[in-house]
Amino acid sequence: MGDVWKALADPTRRTILDELTERDGQTLFELCARLATKHGIGSTRQAISQHVDVLEAAGLVQTQREGRYKFHRLDTAPLRQIADRWAIMDSEENR
Amino acid sequence: MKINVMSVMVDDQAKALRFYTDVLGFVKKNEIPLGEHAWLTVVSPEEPDGTELSLEPDQHPAARPFKQALVEDGIPFTSFAVDDVAAEYERLIGRGVQFTQPPTDMGPVTTAVFDDTCGNLIQIAALDKSA
Repeated sequence: MGDVWKALADPTRRTILDELTERDGQTLFELCARLATKHGIGSTRQAISQHVDVLEAAGLVQTQREGRYKFHRLDTAPLRQIADRWAIMDSEENR
Repeated sequence: MKINVMSVMVDDQAKALRFYTDVLGFVKKNEIPLGEHAWLTVVSPEEPDGTELSLEPDQHPAARPFKQALVEDGIPFTSFAVDDVAAEYERLIGRGVQFTQPPTDMGPVTTAVFDDTCGNLIQIAALDKSA
């Protein structure tokens, strides 16, 4: 499995995860269109595809082929290792 | 110079004519037999003298790999204008059309993407009225 920390370090990759949170199961075209029109990220399709590859290597995105289409799905399971390493503590005011 | 015709490359002209007329609602404008295939065009009933859409056979060996690569990444071959993407989506879903992208707000436009059953994805789009 690739590096979750490195995958999350890039703002474009975090935005891809944001958009998959809004609607899971998107084509590369839909992801690129959302990034360009909603976030002003005008990267090439190839650049976005490479970002998706990094997220996929980190296990945060799964690519599923359905028939002739390829859809990208969010998988937040790798984020568990962050909370496992540094347990999330309740602050005083939340107790 | 004017743009009077544009093409989509289809895997079967008869099937394409059925889909683009019976399902989408365009009307046949020209059908001129040319041997194995025909010069086959449809127009929108809203614009009978408007731009024609040619249903072009995808017989060139490069055409199908090109189309498959676009479809795999969800990229529409072309885009049609509608008044209301959500209403059109519901109408086409009711006719069994498969969408790869439901109506989505893309800044100044709302778009959706469906499969034309002939090897292409097609986008429908409406400019936001308030834009």
